[in-house]
Order: sequence, then structure tokens, then C-alpha cells
Amino acid sequence: MFIGIDLGSRTIKLAVVEEGKMMASAIAESGFDPASQALAMLAPYGRPRRLVATGYGRHLARQHFADGVITEIKAHALGVRHHFPECRCIVDVGGQDAKVIALDASGRVSNFQMNDKCAAGTGRFLEIMALTLGFSLSEFGGAALAAGGETVLNSMCTVFAESEVISLKNQGMPADRIARGVHLAVINRLAAMLGRLGCDGTLAFTGGVAKNPAMVALLGERLGEGIRLLVPDAPDLAGALGAALEAARSAEAR
Amino acid sequence: MSAENFTVRPYPEMWAALDMDVPRFDKARQMLGEVYGKMFLGQVNRPDRMAYFDEMIAEIFGRRVEELLAAKKEGKPVVGTFCVYIPEEIVVAAGGICVGLCGGSQGSVPDAEKVLPRNICPMVKSAYGFKAGRICPYFQAVDFVYGETTCDAKKKTWELLDRLVPTHVMEIPQMKRARDKTLWLEEVRDFKAKVEEVCHTSISANELAGAIRVINDKRRALQRLTALRAASPAPISGKDALLIEQIAFYDEPVRFAREVNLLCDELDERIGNGVGVVPASAPRVMVSGVPMALPNWKVHNLVETAGAVVVGEESCIGSRYFKDLIDESHTAMEAQLEALTDRYMQIDCSCFTPNDERVDQVLKEYRASGAQGLLHYSLQFCHTYNIEEIKIREACEKEGIPYLAIESDYSPEDVGQLQTRVEAFLEQIRG
Ligand code: SF4
Ligand code: SF4
Repeated sequence: MFIGIDLGSRTIKLAVVEEGKMMASAIAESGFDPASQALAMLAPYGRPRRLVATGYGRHLARQHFADGVITEIKAHALGVRHHFPECRCIVDVGGQDAKVIALDASGRVSNFQMNDKCAAGTGRFLEIMALTLGFSLSEFGGAALAAGGETVLNSMCTVFAESEVISLKNQGMPADRIARGVHLAVINRLAAMLGRLGCDGTLAFTGGVAKNPAMVALLGERLGEGIRLLVPDAPDLAGALGAALEAARSAEAR
Repeated sequence: MSAENFTVRPYPEMWAALDMDVPRFDKARQMLGEVYGKMFLGQVNRPDRMAYFDEMIAEIFGRRVEELLAAKKEGKPVVGTFCVYIPEEIVVAAGGICVGLCGGSQGSVPDAEKVLPRNICPMVKSAYGFKAGRICPYFQAVDFVYGETTCDAKKKTWELLDRLVPTHVMEIPQMKRARDKTLWLEEVRDFKAKVEEVCHTSISANELAGAIRVINDKRRALQRLTALRAASPAPISGKDALLIEQIAFYDEPVRFAREVNLLCDELDERIGNGVGVVPASAPRVMVSGVPMALPNWKVHNLVETAGAVVVGEESCIGSRYFKDLIDESHTAMEAQLEALTDRYMQIDCSCFTPNDERVDQVLKEYRASGAQGLLHYSLQFCHTYNIEEIKIREACEKEGIPYLAIESDYSPEDVGQLQTRVEAFLEQIRG
């Protein structure tokens, strides 16, 4: 048994792999003490042959319990190739960052880009805008999809965008249209990052934000005919799965 | 000296005499000591000869400043500069001291931001802030500073800096044609005249020849150090090598060259015995881009903390400072000044257009260093390096060189994200 654990900024994800298959998984809030939280999540599984950590808190995990660490970039690459063995391009949008990753034919990372040091274009951005508009996170995507039109959001800075959203609301713009505008703003940002990487063929969409139906539909629309957008089962677990696969791989190499 | 008890020694009386903000500066001194202890003395298997350079940091605000003040007392010129285009040979020929005043610390940025716009290069802000806050003994000690017209942030800041310390400006052309050289030579003559004015003597051809040899020797010593870093396993860390390149800008040049050569003898021996600071399997990275002024160790620290080793700096605090020498064969002043200008015109700073020599130089140094990946480092709002980065990236793509570009300032807030990017880059190299 091998375990991968992804200590993200908002949530901790865990994947258990046996004989190359994911046998179990878990997700919990990171909380104030992510190391203890992670240990509590690991408790039911007993000691794995090897445990690899990834994500923002990977070094913390190594100090406490992990046998090895890999970056989120490599973890997502491994996780995605497990689902889609031919895929050459990944967009991962999590709580506090967004990245695009290009792979070579053998699945190795050949190039990557991350968002700047602010929340623009991340899950956190969507969350704050949903809150400002009075939607729950689960309603937010649905509302954006159902909207009869859209509005353009000019700012990507979370603080400025928030005041822009409020002033649009006060001008009487329907909330669902603004919601759609918010989603499109994030998508424009991702498309620009993808453009820099030069991506074609298939594109896998991972991270918690890939569970938002509007993000998937609107990103697919934006990419157009040339690119097929794939979303793995449990897209938010792709990093943890990749870490577990790395645990198996590195145990074998020993 | 161990990591815990390393201190940068205090000289409060001298600082007070230099009209510094002593209480505040003393805090900065303590912090520098702590950071240095942690980052440098904690490294494993350091060469013994690094002791001299540790001592240069321990005395950075003391003994070396005393030497500057002693030179001043004797009527020798003490000149502050911000760019490797200002010919230090001329100051040395006059018996004086030339110190680099570039700022590499976040600590002085708030002082600068009281006056300067926030969205300009942090190096310019840091340097200006050191003077504005009276928290750099070198800045307080110099007779005058000699700026240049390389980038916009610098040349416009000199106008304001002149209110705080006499600031002269050398016009550095933006292209390298014959007419630009004519202008440049005139500017070098003006610089010489300014230096002579301070020390009330004129520099002889003999003195200039001596100074050219002294500075050439210093550059040769640094060339030798760079060549030794190509060995695998790396005999010295990138952090230590960068530190030496930084100290080159304020140490006494003859003593410095001697110490670098002694260190190189030790490295030679290490290489012979297969001794390194990291295992031979550690990824090797070359850094290219903007100058990294003391105490800016951000990139090297990130890379080496992640288990890799930096094997070269294509930078002004790095190879751009020492890759070219001045022809020593001339004995007449005119010919010497021309040879000097020729040498300085070979520096390939991104402020020039076109500047394709730099792309070739980066590739050449990359191959010579045995690096396995190139990390391009730009400071935030440095337009010339940020734009030229595109050409470096294209060249690396074409050559199949693993490549990472970082744009950052001196604040620690992006360290977490940069750490992830650097580690992912190393994963890419390790395959
Ligand atoms: S980067 Fe250019 S302007 Fe800056 S110190 Fe180097 S040569 Fe001078
Ligand atoms: S790093 Fe760039 S912006 Fe900063 S001083 Fe040098 S040339 Fe100017």
C-alpha cells in the first residue's frame, strides 16, 4: 500500500494506491494545524510502504511523517497521466494558485507556469466573488451557466474585482450575469497562461475548481474546436493520486 | 565561528561620526549577522579558505570602512558607483578606493518609497534608501558617487540622490557604434578629471598601467574561481561564490585577489581529491540576469536549499564583471584610455540595443559550467532584463536547455511560491 497526501492551502487530500489503482481517498479542511490534521486522516490506514507528500505543506509533512516530497507540478502530471496516458497539457486551479503544465510524450514535465503571488484567477477568487454576490459555492457555477448573458469584469485583483462586482450589482445588473462574468475573467486568465505554454490536443483540468460545471463548460467553449478538455474523476485528488503513484514508483526504484 | 555565534561587529562611534542613524543601523547589523550565520556558516563541507570572506562580512561595517576613512584622510578619492560600466581602474590609479553601492536589501526600501515611486526596480530603491535613511557607512563615507545613464530608473534617481550626496553621471550610450565609442571615451576622460580634482594630482600613465594590472589580476582571480566551479562534484557552493563576487565590489583589490587565489588553490586540491560541497548527482544550475547586490542571496538560497548547486552567475555581480580584461601592453595615456574603453564596451548589459552578444555569452558560459539548467533572474520592473529574457528563453528552448524564469523583488512574500517553482524545475532536470 502506498499513500500520497496533498497538503493544499485550503484542504488536505489523501489517496491510497495498491497495485497501481486508487483504493481509497479522503479530503478534509487544512485547519490551523495541518500536520495533526493530516496525521488524523492517515490514522485509519496504518503504515504504508511509502508515503509521499505534495502541495504547499509538503515540507511540513516531511518533517513529521512523509518519506519523500514532490511538487504539485510533478504530482498533477503523474495523476493526470494515470487517467489519460496520452495527455500533454494540464491546467490545475486550486484554492490559492493556478498552474498550467506541459508534458513531453513520456509524461515528464517540460514546462510550467504559475499565477503571480496573488489570488487572481484561483479558487479563492471565485469564492470571494460568490460570497459578494450572495451565492453559495455550489450555486455559483449553475447560476453562471444559466445566465442569459454576461458582463465583462475589468479587474482581476481580488480587492478591485470585489468593488467592481458590488458596483455592478448596484447598477442593477442581474447577479447571474455578473457570476458568468466572474467565471469568464478567470478563464481569460487561464487562457493567457495556456497561450504562453502553447498547448494543443487534449487538456486535462484538475484541482477543486474543476468541479465547478461552469468553469468546465466555459473553458471548453473558450478553447474551441482544436482542444479537447478532459476532467478526471475527482479532479481535486489528482495531486494526491500523483504523490501516491510516485510513492509506489520510488519504492520500486529502491 | 559557528552559525549561532557569528556576528557582524559594531562600530557605534565611527557610525555616529559618519552621521548615521546608529540605533536603527545597529538592528540591521544584528539581523545581517543572524541571516549570514544561518545561510552561510550552516553549509556543509565548506572550503576552509572561506574564513577570510566570513571575516569580510563580520567587518563589513567596521574595518573596511576604517580603511576608506584612512584613505580619505590622506587625500585619496573614495568613490561610490552603481554599475560595472564605471571604470574603477581610474580611481585605483589615483590611489583611491572605488566601492559598489548597489542595494540588495528590503530593509532600506521603505525609506526610498517615501520619495520614489513604488513601482521601480528594488535595487534602485534599496540603494537610494540606504542614503536617505543614513543606514550605510559606505554611502556616508564616499566623497561623491558616480552614476550612469544605463536604465531610466537609475538615471532619474540620480537627480534626486544628488540632493543627498554629490552625484555625477556618466553618459553611457545605448548602442555600440564607432560614434558611441567616441562619446564614451569623452565620458571616461571626464570621470578621470573628476577623480583628479578630488585628489589634486593628475594620474600618470604609469599609475594607470599599475591600476589596470591590479584590477585585471582581480578579474583573473575571479575567472579562475569560475573555471573551478565547473568541476563535478562542485568544490564550492554557489552561495559562497556569489558572496565572493559581491565582496569584490568593496574589498581592497590586491588583498582580495590574493585571497581568491588562495581559495582557488584549496579548490584545486579538493577537485584532485574528488571533494565537493554536494554529491556529484546534485542538479547543477546556472543563474543569468540582473545583478544580485549584497545581501540579496534569495535565488541561490532557494536553489541550494532544494538540494541543487549553482555553478555560475551570468550577471554584473558575476561574470559580466570579470570576463573581459584590459589590454596591458599600452604605455601612453591616450592608448590606455582607449584600451580601457574598448574593454568596458564589451560588457553586454541589457540596457544596450541590440545586445545579442549576451545570448551567445550565456550559452557559452552555460556549456563551460557543466550546468544542467538555466535560471533567469530579473528584478521586478527591470524592463530591459525582463524583455531580453524572451531571447534567452528562445535560445534555451532551441538548445533543449531546461529553463526557468523568475521575476522577483526583495520582499520575502513570494518565497513559498518561488520554492515550488524552483523545486519543480529541479524535478524537471532530475527527470
Ligand atoms: S545590469 Fe547594466 S546597468 Fe546594471 S550594473 Fe550591470 S551593466 Fe550596469
Ligand atoms: S536591475 Fe534593471 S532596472 Fe534595476 S538598476 Fe539594473 S538595469 Fe536598472
